[in-house]
Amino acid sequence: MPSLKQFRLRIRSVQSTQKITKAMKMVAAAKLRRAQEAAQAGRPYAAAMDRMMASLGGAAAGSAGAPKLLAGTGSDKVHLLIVATADRGLCGGFNSTIVREARRAIRAMQAEGKTVKILCVGRKGRDQLRRDYGSQIVDSITDLGRPRIGFADARKVADKVLELFDAGEFDVASIVYNRFRSAISQILTRQQIIPPALPEIPDAAGAAPYEFEPDEETILADLLPRNLTVQIYRALLENAASEQGARMSAMDSATRNAGDMIKRLTLQMNRSRQATITKELIEIISGAEAL
Amino acid sequence: MAKVTYSLVMPERELAAGEADMVIVPGGDGDFGVLPGHIPMISTVRPGIVEIQDGGKTTARYVVAGGFAEVTRERCTILAEEATPIAEVSAEQLAERERVAATALGVATGEGERKAAEAALGVARDLRRAYDFHAGR
Repeated sequence: MPSLKQFRLRIRSVQSTQKITKAMKMVAAAKLRRAQEAAQAGRPYAAAMDRMMASLGGAAAGSAGAPKLLAGTGSDKVHLLIVATADRGLCGGFNSTIVREARRAIRAMQAEGKTVKILCVGRKGRDQLRRDYGSQIVDSITDLGRPRIGFADARKVADKVLELFDAGEFDVASIVYNRFRSAISQILTRQQIIPPALPEIPDAAGAAPYEFEPDEETILADLLPRNLTVQIYRALLENAASEQGARMSAMDSATRNAGDMIKRLTLQMNRSRQATITKELIEIISGAEAL
Repeated sequence: MAKVTYSLVMPERELAAGEADMVIVPGGDGDFGVLPGHIPMISTVRPGIVEIQDGGKTTARYVVAGGFAEVTRERCTILAEEATPIAEVSAEQLAERERVAATALGVATGEGERKAAEAALGVARDLRRAYDFHAGR
């Protein structure tokens, strides 16, 4: 049985851990709110972009001279997987679920005889994938979104992807990230971004056909790279909100566990204190009786 | 008189929205004004100045660094990656931006980098010209 002093030290150490996790939880809650607001604010732009893609892309995708960025290269041999994780840990299963899905996807695609290249966004994903797939990582981008994810961050990623695409480094690209549903629930998502999945807007097909200025090709050539950036931006925002949500619930349960531990240790400490007192009493009484 | 609903959106947020008599957009093929009932159209937007007119006078002007405009009979949505109310921009700022872009072009290496720098310089130059033109009025 540890001594009283040891118990006291132990309790104190758990208490300070609890203070830290509690603080982290509150910070995550504040950051989560900001991330949600950012996602909300980005919606009008993304929605307008979707409308334009739907009305322009649908027609152009079928035609012969469609840009490669829309129609694909005609092959699907080389796949670029963008793995978007966080830079920091202590957020429950957030990073490992993404990495697990990435590994699964890589194995599945390799089994089909495809080549997989990896672009890591976020330090955690890079660190976890480096060991097994180090040679396939073409690049990694870290320290995005400080203090918060901006459009410039998405552009950095998109520029890299476009540069690789223009160099003919890959045929198909998809991004793995966590879609935000609530603070306790994130939905693991793998979304194809090149060639893009065209958004389906129910009333777009029936709505008035647009006129184009200067012409469809010019607009499309301008629109596609920007659409890619918007898709990445959206994924990064969702990911940022999910990260804070995951961290918040992880820190919440850590705080609760620390509380349970303190309770248990206190109980043990009191028991052992009482046992000592009882033992001393017995010693005194039996000593007195022996006289 | 019917009004046209406009909104000027950036990826990060909606900068402005409301109703106006006319919205003047610097289109890729030249400026165009959007009145209520305009034919549905999608156009590129070149770097320049978006003007909102209401009640016979200009109520707001925004400096935009290019993007797209989506026009329907009732609505005019301008998508710009970068937009600022004209009051928050000064001629010095734009001149500085042009200088920075020119310097970046000077030191750019590699084809991709040079192209990006050239594009940035073009945008900066267009913005300064458009600003000077509007400031003179």
